[in-house]
Amino acid sequence: MSEPTELIEIRGLAKYFGRFAALRDLRLSVRKGQFIALFGRNGAGKTTLLRILAGLSRASAGTVSVHGCGPGAARGEIGYLSHNTAIYLDLTALENLRFYARLLDLPADDAELEDRIALVGLAGRSHEPVRNFSRGMQQRLGIARAFLHDPAILLLDEPFTGLDQAGTEFLQNYLRGAHAGGRTCLMAIHDAPVGYALADRLVVINRGGVALDLARGAVTLEDFQERYKALAEDR
Amino acid sequence: MFGKVWAVFRKDLLIELRTKDSLNAMLFFGIVVLVVFNFALESARDSIREVVPGVLWVSFVFSGTLGLNRMFASEKDNSCLQGLLMVPMDRGIIYLGKMMAAAVFMLIAEAVIFVFTLVFFNLTVWREIPWLILVFFIGTIGFTAVGTLLSAISVNTRMREVLLPLILFPVVLPILVNAVEATRIILNSADYGSLRLPLTIMSVFTLVFGVVAYLLFEFVLED
Repeated sequence: MSEPTELIEIRGLAKYFGRFAALRDLRLSVRKGQFIALFGRNGAGKTTLLRILAGLSRASAGTVSVHGCGPGAARGEIGYLSHNTAIYLDLTALENLRFYARLLDLPADDAELEDRIALVGLAGRSHEPVRNFSRGMQQRLGIARAFLHDPAILLLDEPFTGLDQAGTEFLQNYLRGAHAGGRTCLMAIHDAPVGYALADRLVVINRGGVALDLARGAVTLEDFQERYKALAEDR
Repeated sequence: MFGKVWAVFRKDLLIELRTKDSLNAMLFFGIVVLVVFNFALESARDSIREVVPGVLWVSFVFSGTLGLNRMFASEKDNSCLQGLLMVPMDRGIIYLGKMMAAAVFMLIAEAVIFVFTLVFFNLTVWREIPWLILVFFIGTIGFTAVGTLLSAISVNTRMREVLLPLILFPVVLPILVNAVEATRIILNSADYGSLRLPLTIMSVFTLVFGVVAYLLFEFVLED
């Protein structure tokens, strides 16, 4: 059997919260190795789309396939990071990673996990309770947690929220490295220059559907910002 | 699978040992209930063995409900539940780990409350202790089997402290009624043969509640 050309295929996706349609008839195809920046004003449906892709939320209508199967079945290939880090504040950094490694069936020993912690810039802090960490440090540990199992697909929901300059630079470099390593990334973001710098495809979600879908090479940052602004104002 | 259940249980235990959020509240509340009953039942000293089963289980259930209310609190901080749900595993594992933790916290609280009960009501029960442990154990497993599921449902609601007992108590009533009856038989008669009926009812309800809650857990976590 031949491999599907699209890694992620979304057709006619809809999600209703009561009578409110967060997504309606959304269509999107993502090829392996692509980095897509998802833009859209608050409530446009970016987070809902990422949560459905992550298998955290059920679609009301339409189909979503990841590697030819449903998102729930592909959870092992997906790493999901939002501004909420899913890190236990009363455990140490090492205990957090050890816990998730056990659940993921990873044969990770403490030395390997300490390397992971050092890789996100927290060397020497493994035995400190996370409660003592700054917001940026928690987000760094969140990155180590979300990508502990080296997932092929990274879903990022406004991952730069609350990060300082150093944290933002760190995360940008980390994501560039992941993309260069062949990972497929979908990132919801408000900051157009950062999204433009990282992604190779720019998608704007408006009124629950794809309103703009451009290759980065086909548009300048200024042109993209102008078109995005016009869409955002079109309520 | 058991390794993952153990990991969830161990994580909750570690957090509780550091914060003592649940156990302190459970113990304090349980003992306060006992103190109130101790004064209220002053005139019933002659028949105290008849009323102690009810007093014990009221105290267990109230303190246990406090613990269950906190069961998913650590998962709510930083959206940790989301991190757990992203792990490619049977979500029933989360339920089993959480239920084990809830049961252990409740059994610890029950042991302390029981000792205070013996002191307050001047009871001697050395001979009955193995039977009491059996009843407390089955009753607690049944209570937490339902309570863990309902705690997961109520954690995202605005009035979770009120909602949990409202939906929990009617469901666990068959277990509680039979737990009180079994405790009464143990403390008041040497006829342990008559324990068979309440223990069987408790065990059957515990098993049914446990299986149903395990199967339903996946669905209560989705939005």
